Amino acid sequence: MPKKKILPEQPPQGFSRRDFLKGASVVASTGLMVAPEAAAAAPEHSSEILGPAAVPITLQVNGKPYSLSVEPRVTLLDALRNQLDLTGAKKVCDRGVCGACTVIMEGHPVYACNILAIEAEGRRIETIESLGTQGELHPVMAAFVNHDAQQCGFCTPGFVVACKAFLDKHPDPSREDVEHGLGGNLCRCGTYAGIREAVLEAAQTLKGGRANG
Amino acid sequence: MDKTKYDWPSENDRSLIGTRVKRVDGPAKASGRAKYTYDINRPGLLISKIYRSPYAHAKITAIDTSEAEKLPGVKAVQVILGVGKEVNWVGDEIIALAAVSEDVANDALAKIKVQFEELPHLVVEEDLKQAGSFAKKAGNKTAGEPAGAFTDPDLVVSEGYYGIACITHCCLESHGNIAEWNGDKLLTYSSTQNVSGLPGQIGQALREQGLDVSDKNIETVCNYVGGGFGSKFSPDEWGIHVAQLAKTTGKPVKLMLDRNMEMEAAGARPSCYAKIKVGAKKDGTLVAWDSHSWGTGGPTGAGMPPLPYVLDIPNRSSAHTSISTHTGPARAWRAPDHPQAAALTICALDDLAAKLNMDPIDLLTLNADLSAGDRGKVYREELQIASELSDWKKLWHPRGDKTAGHIKRGLGVSMHTWGGRGHNSNCMVSIHPDGSVETTLGSQDLGTGTRTAIAVVAAETLGLPVEAITVNIGDSKFPASGASGGSTTIGGVSASTRRASVDARDQLFAIIAPILGVPADDLMATGGKIQAKGDSSKQLSWKEACAKLQVKTIQATGKNPDAGKGKLGDSGVGGVQIADVSVDTETGLIKINKMVAAQDCGLIISMKTAESQVLGALIMGITYALFEERIMDQATGRMLNNNLEFYKLAGIGDIGELVVHMMTGPGYDERGTIGLGEPPVISPGAAISNAVANAIGVRVPTIPLTPDKVLAALAKGGVA
Repeated sequence: MPKKKILPEQPPQGFSRRDFLKGASVVASTGLMVAPEAAAAAPEHSSEILGPAAVPITLQVNGKPYSLSVEPRVTLLDALRNQLDLTGAKKVCDRGVCGACTVIMEGHPVYACNILAIEAEGRRIETIESLGTQGELHPVMAAFVNHDAQQCGFCTPGFVVACKAFLDKHPDPSREDVEHGLGGNLCRCGTYAGIREAVLEAAQTLKGGRANG
Repeated sequence: MDKTKYDWPSENDRSLIGTRVKRVDGPAKASGRAKYTYDINRPGLLISKIYRSPYAHAKITAIDTSEAEKLPGVKAVQVILGVGKEVNWVGDEIIALAAVSEDVANDALAKIKVQFEELPHLVVEEDLKQAGSFAKKAGNKTAGEPAGAFTDPDLVVSEGYYGIACITHCCLESHGNIAEWNGDKLLTYSSTQNVSGLPGQIGQALREQGLDVSDKNIETVCNYVGGGFGSKFSPDEWGIHVAQLAKTTGKPVKLMLDRNMEMEAAGARPSCYAKIKVGAKKDGTLVAWDSHSWGTGGPTGAGMPPLPYVLDIPNRSSAHTSISTHTGPARAWRAPDHPQAAALTICALDDLAAKLNMDPIDLLTLNADLSAGDRGKVYREELQIASELSDWKKLWHPRGDKTAGHIKRGLGVSMHTWGGRGHNSNCMVSIHPDGSVETTLGSQDLGTGTRTAIAVVAAETLGLPVEAITVNIGDSKFPASGASGGSTTIGGVSASTRRASVDARDQLFAIIAPILGVPADDLMATGGKIQAKGDSSKQLSWKEACAKLQVKTIQATGKNPDAGKGKLGDSGVGGVQIADVSVDTETGLIKINKMVAAQDCGLIISMKTAESQVLGALIMGITYALFEERIMDQATGRMLNNNLEFYKLAGIGDIGELVVHMMTGPGYDERGTIGLGEPPVISPGAAISNAVANAIGVRVPTIPLTPDKVLAALAKGGVA
């Protein structure tokens, strides 16, 4: 089935909360959280209207194709959680503020609560579940454990995914870079001190890994 | 007290207690595999949503749910508040429904029609004059002769207005439950701080609703909880509705609050404002206190915080007015009433120190013996340590940073206290013939590190590594353990686990003793072995020793309290915090340079998670000191920031450098365990407010210290 072409040619490049939101708003183009002026400026997309009934889509998640039937209004986050039982990404603010639902789409961190599942079709999606397991922790996960960068743990998967995406683009960050680059995720228990240390440690581990091969 | 075998091992005999063990459930959380209530999906699961009041105060005059009921996918609609009932805050629950998906449930909500007759409301409380009949006298405490004391002409008196706004709990995992019936048995998955206490509450509420269910047939499960902070002790009304909807539909039903409802209805910390007069001799000796405070905790108002805080000024009078508002009801928020009491008291004392031209650390040190018991010594030590760690002597200056430029730097101090005695707890320790070990108790880990502490205690006692211990918590069918509130968990679970582990270990010793040919009393468990004390030639590995059990598992139960089985815990701590801030006098923005916390909590079981508790408390404290506030609109009765973009939480770039110093060693360790969840979250508001006053030379009266308030204070005076 032909789909509306609603994805930007160039995915968002930024990692600050501001850029993150901007990116998400372009990708979503649903007006969910687009600033009014941005919404007004967004080009009209004239093609076939989908829904409200469920439509078949295929999502590329963690390297595998999944065939789903979703109403066009279903977010990527709800599709991942409710249909694929990938529950690492959480719904907390439900409007693109807190980062608890962060997943990686085409190599970039995005708020899965701000993207419709139908918009994610054809895009490579990576969730926390693909990065590592309890037995085989990804270096970012291991660093979170080492520095106790978690308390209740509800924001943690979103933070880990955001950190991974951040380090992919900034392999040797300063503390200031970390504070800027991870400004799009919120924690209530107060684990930022550990996270700051964890990201710096993970950067070193990953660099070592790259150097070794 | 006589020594017993249950006592905590002395410092030289500890291999794990007090060390930096990694959080045992860290990998499950960091890998996204930890399953919270919100993550649990059951076959045939229905989703419940609640129709909530759009008015702060109104009478329901008509309800029409027919269109909602006709919607395909809607399975049950249940009226909670019928025609003629009153709603008392925006978000008050009126109708619950269950549908096949969240989207269908939301569609159904949109089709419900309710009519209201609006009634007068009050949702703001800072201006006492506006409160009218909603304000009621609520307490008056007097000691000594405050009126007479203030007439002393030599008394230096400082008068001021201080306050701290209402904040919400804002748990990232919203409140919620899943209810699933199997015949007459009810299983609930609940996001709770009170696993063992939930079935009784649910059973009672359901029986009041006419449902025939026995407490013994109710089981509550909660392996992970995404934040509670004092707001998740009860199943809540919505927890009862899902059980009823599950019964009606014959399907499991799940309800997690939407973010706006979480912010409006599921937790608030009462506000407190006060006019305060405090007087001291010229040398700083505190003599007299007079306060009139007011605040709200929602429909039932709010009681008086402990004023004056920490220091029992000899002549004192404290009067309080409780204001009932049409806002979501208050719930216990970490260290109930104490952050308010600290913000009011220590800020007033800081202003008094400024008037006395005195360093506030000197003022607090001089008066430290006005604190309870012999805690003055603890405070003096902590003030000294915090002063050194913050470079206070070099960086502190009399009020108002006189250096050039618009960035002004200042330091401020505060102090606090809390109880933290261990709650009732039962723990069963099982040693299996294959050498595996389980500790089983109906507790919960809010992220404080409860699992880790239990594992450390059992491992230390049995001479095993932490990884050898399987910790089973989070199920009400396990031996009952108290709710996690008031910093009572570590004292409860560490004691019950220690007693059970000692008894289980001794059962194993009794079996091994004849095999090794030594009396059981001469055996010790250490380094993964059972061996004769002082004779390592007589030993068995843990696995070899357990194999002697053949097919019989050892089980022992320990409880807390248990008189005679060791003094394992205590109550009563002190803490001191110092904030170092920079204030931009052009924008009013405050930047945290550094926060220092010196905290005692008796014997520390798990140092890494204990430090995390204090770091987290500092960050939560920075958040409520600078950003957080429930903003109510009197015209509409609504909360204006019932979401995370306008309800501000600190981000990773807002916290500055954080330094935690745990008071350990002689004088602290021998007290045994004392809770830590509350104390360190009490002082940040006062310390940061005092640092800002030190920087800009004028008090910003109320917390949060938002830029508009900083600029308004500067307009009246200060260094700008």
